[in-house]
Amino acid sequence: MAQYAILIYAHDSAHALDATAEDTETCDQHSDELAASGSMITAYALTPRDMATSVRADAITDGPFLDSKEVVAGFYVVEAPDLDAALAIARLNPVVRDGGGVEVRPVHSSYTRPEEQATA
Amino acid sequence: MTDAATVEAAIADAHRREWARVLAATVRVSRDLDLAEECVQDAYASALRTWPGAGVPDNPAAWLTVTARRRAIDAIRHDAALRTRLPLLVEPAGETDQAAPGEPAADPAQEQAAASLSAVLPDERLRLIFICCHPALAQEAQVALTLRLVCGVAVPDIARAFLVSEPTMAARITRAKKKISVARIPYRLPRAAELDDRLAAALAVIHLLFTAGHTAPSGASLVRRDLVDQALHLTRMLRELMPGSADVRGLQALLLVTDARRATRTDADGRLLRLSEQDRSKWDAGALAAAHEEIVGCLRAGPPGRYVLQAAIASLYAEAPSYDHTDWAQIVALYDRLLEVWPSPVVALNRTVPLAMVAGPQAALAEVERLNADGRLSGYQYLHAIRADLLSRLGRAAEAADAYRQALALAANEAERAFLVGQLGGLPAF
Repeated sequence: MAQYAILIYAHDSAHALDATAEDTETCDQHSDELAASGSMITAYALTPRDMATSVRADAITDGPFLDSKEVVAGFYVVEAPDLDAALAIARLNPVVRDGGGVEVRPVHSSYTRPEEQATA
Repeated sequence: MTDAATVEAAIADAHRREWARVLAATVRVSRDLDLAEECVQDAYASALRTWPGAGVPDNPAAWLTVTARRRAIDAIRHDAALRTRLPLLVEPAGETDQAAPGEPAADPAQEQAAASLSAVLPDERLRLIFICCHPALAQEAQVALTLRLVCGVAVPDIARAFLVSEPTMAARITRAKKKISVARIPYRLPRAAELDDRLAAALAVIHLLFTAGHTAPSGASLVRRDLVDQALHLTRMLRELMPGSADVRGLQALLLVTDARRATRTDADGRLLRLSEQDRSKWDAGALAAAHEEIVGCLRAGPPGRYVLQAAIASLYAEAPSYDHTDWAQIVALYDRLLEVWPSPVVALNRTVPLAMVAGPQAALAEVERLNADGRLSGYQYLHAIRADLLSRLGRAAEAADAYRQALALAANEAERAFLVGQLGGLPAF
């Protein structure tokens, strides 16, 4: 088994701070299905593009790093035996049928802060 | 002793026919494309040394497979670095491939039997084709990998065929192999749900090879024969491996019809000849008849796909006793159906050629102008060449000259450039 990160590219994230359950329903439903299937290891839904801040050597700017029609709206990591299996999982993402798409990248390594280092 | 010429001919033949089979069977053992490639190359070199003394074996493919697989097993056993390499994900195929890396080699008789058995199992080659044409690889990488791994063409030759430097081509192939291994693209047949898309990708690679060879995108000669031959070879292989696929049959028919007119596309000086100027008696009637039979079979089998319709169009052009007797209306009707399954602006442009014969140059020009305004084909030389021809037929010489110049600015093939220069020079004074 290998881990693949799936990056969601959409016009914008559905997860605004004041988003209703209805706004995020399709995303949440898909997330629940992946969680139930056991293939999803971790997932992050990001706030909309207006909340993004980009940092370069010479400046800090408002907005996403790349000036493009789509932004990364969120990402998750799945476990799959091979790329074909990962692609099959990825193409189920509702964004694919909604004008956006996903990018699948093999994970090289990861880090999570151990519980005992967490500060209150 | 077998004389050198016989041996060399046998090896050349085995290279052309059996490379894919031997490599596919070796990948199963090596679980690494690079290693398999080296071992197969070695096996052919070893045949060159051994066969003159020992004679050409009855089953050259089995001999080469056993030799290449043995080398792979030895290499893995003796090289710790190979053992820790990221293995290719080889899906088990059944009982025929018992020789896994690191396992002691089976006794030679059993090994030979297994090798000849796997040599008759066609799906191994199919796996190889599908991994080379995996949509996760860029199409130029798919093309290069297919030529290298399925056809056994050497990297310098692939580089020359596509007019890039050898290091560039080598890097392209290396990068693709690396992605196969790191992203874990599996060595297996596509599942039923994926098959249509995956087959479409493989057929697109073959079609591109053929087109690149048929009208070399640049350079002096119009046809680059070796690429055409490899495309025909791959189509025959796929046809043998997937006899039930109408798309494969359609592509084969399309390539046959197109290639049947090869001898007449240029004159003795390499000048490009238009369809209306070509000597129909020099077309390969046998190939045209075979293609016709395929097309009829495909059309009967069900709703035709893209390649069948393209083949049917090309076949209708070829069947007419003369250019003037071509069934233009029927060709336009076929283009309409083709646009339904393949709504490409290039198809819409090609449709304007028979349309001009049915509805007149004015109606065709209106359609070309619509496509020109759309913008997607503004960098496509044939749009400007067709536009120029229609304008010239309508007596609008000045505009035709401008359009020919636009086409010339985009044309890289010398034969096509010479043709356009001739057309431009033939316009009446304005």
